[in-house]
Amino acid sequence: METRFFNPKIEKLSPSELRVLQFKKLKTVLRRVYQKVPFYREKLKEAGINLSKIKTLSDLKELPFTTKEDLFVDYPFGLLAEPLEKVVRLHTSSGTTGKPKAIFFSKKDIWAQAELIARALVMTGSTSQDILQNSMTYGLFTGALVMHYGAELLGMLVIPAGPGNTERQIELMRTFGTTCVHMTPSYALYVATVIQGKGLKPGVDIKLKRAYLGAEPYSEETRRKIEEMLKVDVYNCYGLSEMGGPGVAFECQFKKGLHLWEDAFIAEIIDPKTGMPVKPGEVGELVLTTLNRTAMPLIRYRTRDLTYAFEEPCPCGRTHIKIARIIGRADDMFIVRGVNIFPQQIEAVLMGIKGVAQNYQIILEGLDEMIVKVEIDRDFFDGRIERLLKLRDEITEKLKAVIQVRPKVELVEPGTLPVSEGKAKRVIDRRTL
Amino acid sequence: MICVEILSIFAENKPGKLEKITEVLAKNDINILGFSIVSVKDFGVIKFLVDKPKLAYEKFKEGGFTVALLPALGIELKDRPGGLHEVVKIISSKGINIESALVYVAETRKKAYFVFEVEDLERAWEALKDEKVNFLKPSEFIKE
Repeated sequence: METRFFNPKIEKLSPSELRVLQFKKLKTVLRRVYQKVPFYREKLKEAGINLSKIKTLSDLKELPFTTKEDLFVDYPFGLLAEPLEKVVRLHTSSGTTGKPKAIFFSKKDIWAQAELIARALVMTGSTSQDILQNSMTYGLFTGALVMHYGAELLGMLVIPAGPGNTERQIELMRTFGTTCVHMTPSYALYVATVIQGKGLKPGVDIKLKRAYLGAEPYSEETRRKIEEMLKVDVYNCYGLSEMGGPGVAFECQFKKGLHLWEDAFIAEIIDPKTGMPVKPGEVGELVLTTLNRTAMPLIRYRTRDLTYAFEEPCPCGRTHIKIARIIGRADDMFIVRGVNIFPQQIEAVLMGIKGVAQNYQIILEGLDEMIVKVEIDRDFFDGRIERLLKLRDEITEKLKAVIQVRPKVELVEPGTLPVSEGKAKRVIDRRTL
Repeated sequence: MICVEILSIFAENKPGKLEKITEVLAKNDINILGFSIVSVKDFGVIKFLVDKPKLAYEKFKEGGFTVALLPALGIELKDRPGGLHEVVKIISSKGINIESALVYVAETRKKAYFVFEVEDLERAWEALKDEKVNFLKPSEFIKE
């Protein structure tokens, strides 16, 4: 694939120029939040920070973090750095309890984020001739609208399909010759299964080239599976509402790590327990500072997403840092018998085993029991119970090797576990601890 | 080779599961000639010998069941004490391991067959074909 750029100057800025640009923008942002956001002024004062003492980018780590809880302190408008009349859009992101996070965009923010998306789309080979079927949820969730604006900025034809109604999704793909889709990985798997079930041939009846999958973590195995089933290139896309939605980081044609746009964010990777930076290449929590956002700038925001940074430069020529696909949410992590476990670890094991279908579910119950329900592959079944028992043992042993805990594995029929058409709910905790 | 086809259906151990399975057969006018259920706590495999195996297979597929249609051998049982023992003795004397089995009693009620699945059907057939036994032929019960 030919390497193309939406904003070559910024995308190929030398690392030293990028640092200079980041520092300049950081100073501006800090000054603005200090002047305009009482919450930040207090926070900085409390931490004894004198802004004139911030001399280099590395001084950033002296500043206090912003947490999800902080978004609710002066809720809902308290973090605005612009008067409300400059704000043009609200997005919310569901919290686990109570009120949703409220994220505000100015006109400038909308188009700045759209540019990040446009860069990402070009980076993966899309052009204004492509047709994007946007199957994320339109509405309060940032996923669909932000992608929509970015794709339009590039000049793609956007089909605002929204999620669900799989029959119609497939019909749209066939009628309008959709070349790109934007959806969650779990939904992509579901759509791919339905396409196969209908006997439609990807590449012939359905002419998809690329699938932009994000909003929930997935493994390399899942990517390969979807690529094979739909005959597409799958690109991993990372974002969060607090940072303006999708487009924060995106894979390039080489699909090895996601370029995080450093002219728009400063990325740090920290130890979630100590708050200190991890060693280069180590897994930690991603912390982001917004550099462009005007309505609602956030300083050192704890994303709760776990990743690591790549050291080596990317052959695509972009200088912006690369992060690994999200390994897990610090919040998704669950503990069984004292061991930290991420659903993605389980998914990675299952996807590597022959005889296993797409869906799985983790149920925690009793005192500290872990049950993994796994759908068997229809074609694997040959009527022999011995083969099923062997499969069950194989799954149990492989899981044990990776997560250090022996789960109880239950084989279930394909299509019986809940397939979510949005974010898949993989862990059900019924423990009575 | 003289062999018959057995339907195998994967089933989780849930109330009403067997009812749903037998409903498919009943609705499509498929007669069950023999069946067996093997269950290991949370799941099992239900096996049927039916008079319309191809139709049954299609209908189960359509209904979203996890189903397989596999060949098995059937040997006639003598209707007297020790009848099953004689047949099983012949099979085991050839070193053949029976993976699952069911019994089919013919419509006339005069004949019964021991129908069994093995890992290597070819090899089992080669070992048994010259024995003095009657093999169950599909023509004796197939109605499709």
